[in-house]
Amino acid sequence: MNENILSVRNLDITFRTNAGDIHAIRGVNFNLPTGKTVALVGESGSGKSVTMKAVTGLLDSNAIINGGQILYGTENPVDLLTMPKKTLRREINGRQIAIVFQDPMTSLDPTMQIGDQITEGLLLHKKISKADARKKAVELLKLVGIAEARKRMENYPHQLSGGMRQRIVIACALACEPKILVCDEPTTALDVTIQARILDLIKELQRQMGLSVIYITHDLGVVAKVADFVNVMYAGKIVEVGTVEEIFYDPRHPYTWGLLAAMPDLETDDERLYSIPGSPPNLLHEPKGDAFAARNKFAMKIDERETPPMFQISETHFAATWLLHPDAPKVDLPPELKARLLRSRKAANYV
Amino acid sequence: MSEPLLKVKNLRQHFKISRSFTVKAVEGVSFEVYAGETYGLVGESGSGKTTIGRSIIRLYDPTDGEIFFDGKKISGKLDDATEKMLRQNMQMIFQDPMSSLNPRKKIGDIIAEGLDIHGLCATKEERKARVGAILKKVGLSPAHAERYPQQFSGGQRQRVGIARALIMNPKLIIADECISALDVSIQAQVVNLMKDIQAETKCAYLFIAHDLSMVKYISDRIGVLHKGRLVETGLTREIFSNPVHPYTRSLLSAVPQPNPVVERRRHLVSFDSDNVGGDGEIVRVSATHSVLENF
Ligand SMILES: Nc1ncnc2c1ncn2[C@@H]1O[C@H](COP(=O)(O)OP(=O)(O)OP(=O)(O)O)[C@@H](O)[C@H]1O
Ligand SMILES: Nc1ncnc2c1ncn2[C@@H]1O[C@H](COP(=O)(O)OP(=O)(O)OP(=O)(O)O)[C@@H](O)[C@H]1O
Ligand SMILES: [Mg+2]
Ligand SMILES: [Mg+2]
Repeated sequence: MNENILSVRNLDITFRTNAGDIHAIRGVNFNLPTGKTVALVGESGSGKSVTMKAVTGLLDSNAIINGGQILYGTENPVDLLTMPKKTLRREINGRQIAIVFQDPMTSLDPTMQIGDQITEGLLLHKKISKADARKKAVELLKLVGIAEARKRMENYPHQLSGGMRQRIVIACALACEPKILVCDEPTTALDVTIQARILDLIKELQRQMGLSVIYITHDLGVVAKVADFVNVMYAGKIVEVGTVEEIFYDPRHPYTWGLLAAMPDLETDDERLYSIPGSPPNLLHEPKGDAFAARNKFAMKIDERETPPMFQISETHFAATWLLHPDAPKVDLPPELKARLLRSRKAANYV
Repeated sequence: MSEPLLKVKNLRQHFKISRSFTVKAVEGVSFEVYAGETYGLVGESGSGKTTIGRSIIRLYDPTDGEIFFDGKKISGKLDDATEKMLRQNMQMIFQDPMSSLNPRKKIGDIIAEGLDIHGLCATKEERKARVGAILKKVGLSPAHAERYPQQFSGGQRQRVGIARALIMNPKLIIADECISALDVSIQAQVVNLMKDIQAETKCAYLFIAHDLSMVKYISDRIGVLHKGRLVETGLTREIFSNPVHPYTRSLLSAVPQPNPVVERRRHLVSFDSDNVGGDGEIVRVSATHSVLENF
């Protein structure tokens, strides 16, 4: 038996556009161990959503899958990429793999009362009566912290606040008790108390039903709270993966360093926030060598020519940077990060 | 002290959903924003933050209360001159990056909309140059002007929304969760950019957000909203070092820190929201810090 309920192997995707081909996903590998939470972090445009759309068969029509496998299941894994779209939609989506998108309006029907939207999913996937479905829908609304749930059933999406809409989408996703929950920035619109409540709710469901979760977010505070493993994505590739402790206390990829340094904590009071210089490469023109080289002050000659392989640091920790090559010079962590790492290791008693 | 740029007095905004159900989204909110400052508005989801923003910019007709902008009353019926002044000098960046951009319009045309409406560009070249410059400022490239919204990632779309507001050089920008959809690195860039623009143009921000680390970093003053009422207002330092209202305390205790072990150990300051709410007396903690005593 396989311990991973989902395994993405060498996923490679291009988008056809009028400006040319965009090579958005350039060989993505990652695993989701059963019952665990895996976070996917990375800058805007790095390909997080596209990867998850591939998993759920929701890729835009101009997408071309150049190769790869998405293996689902522990006993006899099936490749979701070769599964007929119809089977995927009927058997897998919503029922076994549910996704919550970052923009709630993409998943809600503006012309339909939210109560009907939640019950619709329940009726589609479960054999229950309409009255029971409505009862369950009210329960779900309460579960995600919507007050006056019964009255809210009659609201249309535009009558709700941004964060309320987001919670409706989460309720819809949880309605069918899926095996995998994919959350694409589901809490960015929520205030921290409700966010904490939803994260706790997801954790609770995880304990109860062995739910496995893929969590896409740029909020490293949230990652620290929910994740068991972290995958850092850059320009269509995973550049570092490790346990949440490895990534937060002992990051090895200079891109991960930049991400950590850019997040203010409550102690930050510098005149300017640190931000990674430059911007991600335009994948209309695929970069040669290490895609991060142009923004990396530690870049070496070889970075311009050759893409670094994944170097292994521990059983669970890998990073794709030439800095980990045995012949590479030893570099010192950037000063803006060094103090922060020391502070956080100390607070955590991490050695 | 000088006259405030924006003065909101006793704003109420109610929505009638059905005969028996009216949502009282905003219940008597008063605050001021001064020229060139950043006022952070934080609060629970559904507490009325977006509604306040939309009432100020007159996407809604306030149920009750008064709003003044640059000394002029902008609540009630507007004459053409006031309307025009408002459209040019006040801009809003919206929370939902997808639904606020017209999918059939090119990015360049979306950004230049304000310029076009007010005829602010003499030539096509000038328009193109201004759009290109603003795109660069928000970390996109002038070539993106030719693309359509759906070809962008969520974060890229949000930068388009910011560019659309910035291009008008407004006196007040209402930024509704304008960075929450952005990743950390771009958040830092955008916040630095917003600070630079403020230093350059002296514009004020009404910064609506839930990320308290960022609000703390960017705001001069903060208002904490709960169930349609401002429950605590004060200088940023006062709110963070001496929170008085139980909702503010609970909010501060929930800010996630980028530290997994600390996160796992953390206990939230719970707060009994059923027994908090309604009217109360506004009590001064200091000359700049006050609390609504409804707990
Ligand atoms: N239908 C499409 N046509 C062309 N390009 C696309 C399409 N969909 C996505 N892309 C491109 O693919 C890349 C990856 O996009 P994706 O939405 O996965 O980013 P992301 O990592 O989710 O970013 P964000 O954090 O902003 O949501 C981006 O460069 C985007 O412009
Ligand atoms: N157009 C509308 N019609 C009916 N009710 C509305 C409308 N807009 C907002 N509301 C209601 O007003 C209340 C406040 O919503 P608002 O969008 O202002 O909250 P918010 O503080 O911005 O929340 P969030 O952080 O989730 O975005 C909610 O109960 C919402 O359902
Ligand atoms: Mg995305
Ligand atoms: Mg809002």
